[in-house]
Amino acid sequence: MSEIAFWQGNEAIAYGALAAECRFFGGYPITPSSEIAEILAEELPKRNGRFIQMEDEIAGIAAAIGGSIAGMKSLTATSGPGFSLKQENLGFAYMAEIPLVVVDVMRGGPSTGLPTKAAQQDVMQARWGTHGDHGTICYAPASVQECYEVTIRAFNAAERYRQPVLIMSDEIIGHMREKVVINEIDPSKLVTRKRPTDIPEKFVPYRPDPKDDLPCMASFGDGYTWHITGLTHNDWGFPTNDAQEIDKKMKRLMRKIDRFRDDIVEYETAFTEDAEVLVLAYGSVARSSLRAVHEARNRGIRAGFFRPVTLWPFPDKEVERLARKMKTIIVPELNCGQMVLEVERAVHGKAKVEPLNLVNGELFKPEDILKVIEEVA
Amino acid sequence: MAGRYEIRFAGSGGQGVILAAVITGEAASVYEDDLHVVQSQSYGPEARGGKSKAEVIISTEPIDYPKAIRPNLQVILTQQAAEEYAPETMPGGRIIYDDFFVTSLPQVDANAYHLPIVRTAREKLGRDIVTNMVALGAVARVLELEKIVRPESIKKAILGKVPEGTKQLNSQAFDEGYALFKNSLHL
Repeated sequence: MSEIAFWQGNEAIAYGALAAECRFFGGYPITPSSEIAEILAEELPKRNGRFIQMEDEIAGIAAAIGGSIAGMKSLTATSGPGFSLKQENLGFAYMAEIPLVVVDVMRGGPSTGLPTKAAQQDVMQARWGTHGDHGTICYAPASVQECYEVTIRAFNAAERYRQPVLIMSDEIIGHMREKVVINEIDPSKLVTRKRPTDIPEKFVPYRPDPKDDLPCMASFGDGYTWHITGLTHNDWGFPTNDAQEIDKKMKRLMRKIDRFRDDIVEYETAFTEDAEVLVLAYGSVARSSLRAVHEARNRGIRAGFFRPVTLWPFPDKEVERLARKMKTIIVPELNCGQMVLEVERAVHGKAKVEPLNLVNGELFKPEDILKVIEEVA
Repeated sequence: MAGRYEIRFAGSGGQGVILAAVITGEAASVYEDDLHVVQSQSYGPEARGGKSKAEVIISTEPIDYPKAIRPNLQVILTQQAAEEYAPETMPGGRIIYDDFFVTSLPQVDANAYHLPIVRTAREKLGRDIVTNMVALGAVARVLELEKIVRPESIKKAILGKVPEGTKQLNSQAFDEGYALFKNSLHL
């Protein structure tokens, strides 16, 4: 059975979270993300969930981490200024391996920047905003339908890999309304963290399961003793300075993503079979880009389209494979050139990479991109 | 209809242009079958005054670029909006403009309809606040002629969206707007 709705991107994220069985939101409202908090404030209590508006964004993510440790699927949502404030606790969640979904509906920056205007200036912050090495899972939805679906997958990934998962939306996707088809959720498709099966006395909180290299997770109040710290720790959760234990922990943190990379990476392509010019874009910019590629095709130009759905892990192998057949890859972004660096890394000189940047708060018009396609074709 | 049809509502903050676009989009999504619909807006941090623009794209195909490129139908409620947006109308398209706030419409290759939208809301219904519903009535007649959305779908969307206690007023405003367009051309 399916239902039709006409939602904003932010509404779709809120309802996607509910469909994924998120039952805790801790946060602080900020344009252009506030609708997510607003809807969950209304809807969570109806589902036996909890919504807490904290005193600021730092406390918002801290509360969400606490909610997750207490056993609830948890969410926080913000925009650039709040995303900066959340970085320290985001790092804590990576180190302590706490499942969590963090949404950043991007607006123009730096600082308080442009509250009501679109940008994609936080995509590198998503990868490297918090200090220390860690693997990142980050989705960039390009439609309202995808906001809904990606939010469910983000919760699944957070629960499965026991770490924060990011959704980098933007003002255009967040505030635009689109027709959405909501299919009934198959409960077997929802992932919930593995719980310990041993008796509490035998519980070793960070000991990975040999089957998938991932540790199970107890909830506070379950009767399992668990020490949680941001310090580098051993399998028992206690701080360690032992070189072997440190190495083991750090390698496993990175391996979680590397090992399951192919399960996590998502992308979309169009007209790539015979293309010579590729437009690679994500989020709202992908919408202008696809239109430009269609128009280029109408003019007889062999243009193709590639859209990373996961910015991190970046679909580097897939881009590298396509790059071998391309003359030029155009990377339009609403920033001064961020993901283009990742494209250059993946392409490794096999094609010319052409950045196209816009930072005036507006979305690219298809003609802006078409002009560059025509120039390089 | 086949392909893409773009509608733009443009005026100033407080005239309800965003709600008008949301209702049009909801009507096409929820109360019609098999249409793709996107609605977007641009606005500033201020709640009243300032420019306000909202767009709806309805298509039989999936919609890539979510903003209007050459609107097939524009509803223009201020002189500033007329000067800025009227020239972007699709050649041969339609412009519905308010006869009180828009004093001169730039020369454009489009069918222009000069309607007393604000005056109907203000004088006939006694409430400026239903300006957007009068405009929606006129839009409903155009979308009916274009065979895109039925007027009853728009009415259903209005009734689902406006607060209890205002339904009759909003519904009456919609009917007045519908009649304005229909009678102005005997269509």
